[in-house]
Amino acid sequence: MLEVRDLVAGYGGVPILRGVSLDVKAGEIVAVLGANGVGKTTLNRAVSGLIRPHSGSVIFEGAPVTGHSPTRIVAAGLIHVPEGRKIFPNMSVRENLELGSYRRARANRAANLERAFSIFPRLKERSGQFAGTLSGGEQQMLAIGRGLMAEPKLVIMDEPSLGLSPLLVEEMFGLIARIAGEGLAVMLVEQNVVQSLELASRAYVLENGAVVMSGPADELKRDPRLMKTYLGM
Amino acid sequence: MLKLDIFLSALANGLMTGAVYALVALGLTLVYGVLHIINFAHGATLTAAMFAVFVMHSVFKVDPYLAIFILTPLFFGLGYAVQRFVIGPASHGDDSNILLVTLGLSIIIENALLAGFRSDTRSIDVPYGFSVVEVGNLFLSTPKLVAFAASFLVALLLWLLLARTDTGKAIRAVAREKTGAALSGIDVDHIYAVTFGLGAACLAIAACLLMPTFLVNPRIGNAFVLVAFTIVVLGGMGSILGALVGGLIIGVVESLSGLYFGESLGQIGIFLIFILVLLFRPTGLFGAKA
Repeated sequence: MLEVRDLVAGYGGVPILRGVSLDVKAGEIVAVLGANGVGKTTLNRAVSGLIRPHSGSVIFEGAPVTGHSPTRIVAAGLIHVPEGRKIFPNMSVRENLELGSYRRARANRAANLERAFSIFPRLKERSGQFAGTLSGGEQQMLAIGRGLMAEPKLVIMDEPSLGLSPLLVEEMFGLIARIAGEGLAVMLVEQNVVQSLELASRAYVLENGAVVMSGPADELKRDPRLMKTYLGM
Repeated sequence: MLKLDIFLSALANGLMTGAVYALVALGLTLVYGVLHIINFAHGATLTAAMFAVFVMHSVFKVDPYLAIFILTPLFFGLGYAVQRFVIGPASHGDDSNILLVTLGLSIIIENALLAGFRSDTRSIDVPYGFSVVEVGNLFLSTPKLVAFAASFLVALLLWLLLARTDTGKAIRAVAREKTGAALSGIDVDHIYAVTFGLGAACLAIAACLLMPTFLVNPRIGNAFVLVAFTIVVLGGMGSILGALVGGLIIGVVESLSGLYFGESLGQIGIFLIFILVLLFRPTGLFGAKA
């Protein structure tokens, strides 16, 4: 569904991502793992059109979307739930969700709003409240809910566990599993290696802007290099 | 009794003038709230709009109130195009560049008007220019009353647009969270241009409402924009309600201080308020906390 080939991207001519290739197939959860500063966010920004890659290609559902505007990429059904949530703090929870269907699935807005509220009942309780007054966990739910409003075919989840308590991380990963269970493809970009590998079927490990390990999550879990680097074992 | 009548008529006049000030300030505050820049071409755009009304009336014999329906879409389109194809590309995403580009535009517009119309002051002659409505003991100028009502209507429509429509919500979203908006499929450049267009459209309406009782020369816009800046600071940068309330307050202050200190000192009150607001409430009456 998503094919990234030899992607080189960065800021101001300096490449951060140095030739990354990866695939996400329909209905699958793929984890992209790595510590801070290895290029995870640059990868997401290049795939979702926020920055123009220097070279390489991004193919979504067989059609190249490399260098397309975020508007076109959203319209195609590739939704990026960004790191740091990027919700609209000055607007109500309901308005935030409504804007999720600004470009796509506008006709199904009412039904999708109900669906988002059923997945995240807490958002329904707070629907009239300014999004900026929500807790971190609720803001993350809102960011995911806003992404779902566009009826995505593939969702990039950029560090959904960032800044959440362990209990909330658990809850958030449960919710992501539930959403993916409905057949949605998910690219889960995370620092949280252990829990991501529990959730994902396959994973890629980034280091210094390149993929250093990849494979089925079960195998990676037992890989001594991964255990040494990320789990201190 | 006479004293009270004079006071009341100054008050009414102030409110009516203030409503048009508010309209000019609305455009300024909207652009500031979304693009986070002061549009230095605002005054020149108002001047251009007033000349457009003048030309429509003297050449094409179109009544200024009728011209609202022609000039509003025209100026919206112009504002949209200028932001989308001139200011946006020329600024390369850097706010200080936008500032300079708008300053440059204002110089170009002003001098083009100067070249085209010379520095003469002109006005238009409409049959209702001096007509009045009698309210109790007060005689209120009909065109000013129309301007007052129309300004409120425009503010209300603008508020409805921002609160209820998808485009309005997208404008508010872009104002605070550009990246989040882009990732929701909102075309940020388009929204910037729409906002700029709305700002210019407000000026076109203000120009149509002003011309029946006012005059125009190539520098007239600056006088209004100086007042509009004060209103925006008083009301709170980016606040629609603030622009409306601020406009009315400033209109009344100007009118009353004109009454008590003499016409030539009328504007002193405005700048006193400006300084006091900056000293004691820099976020303005309805401004968000920094």
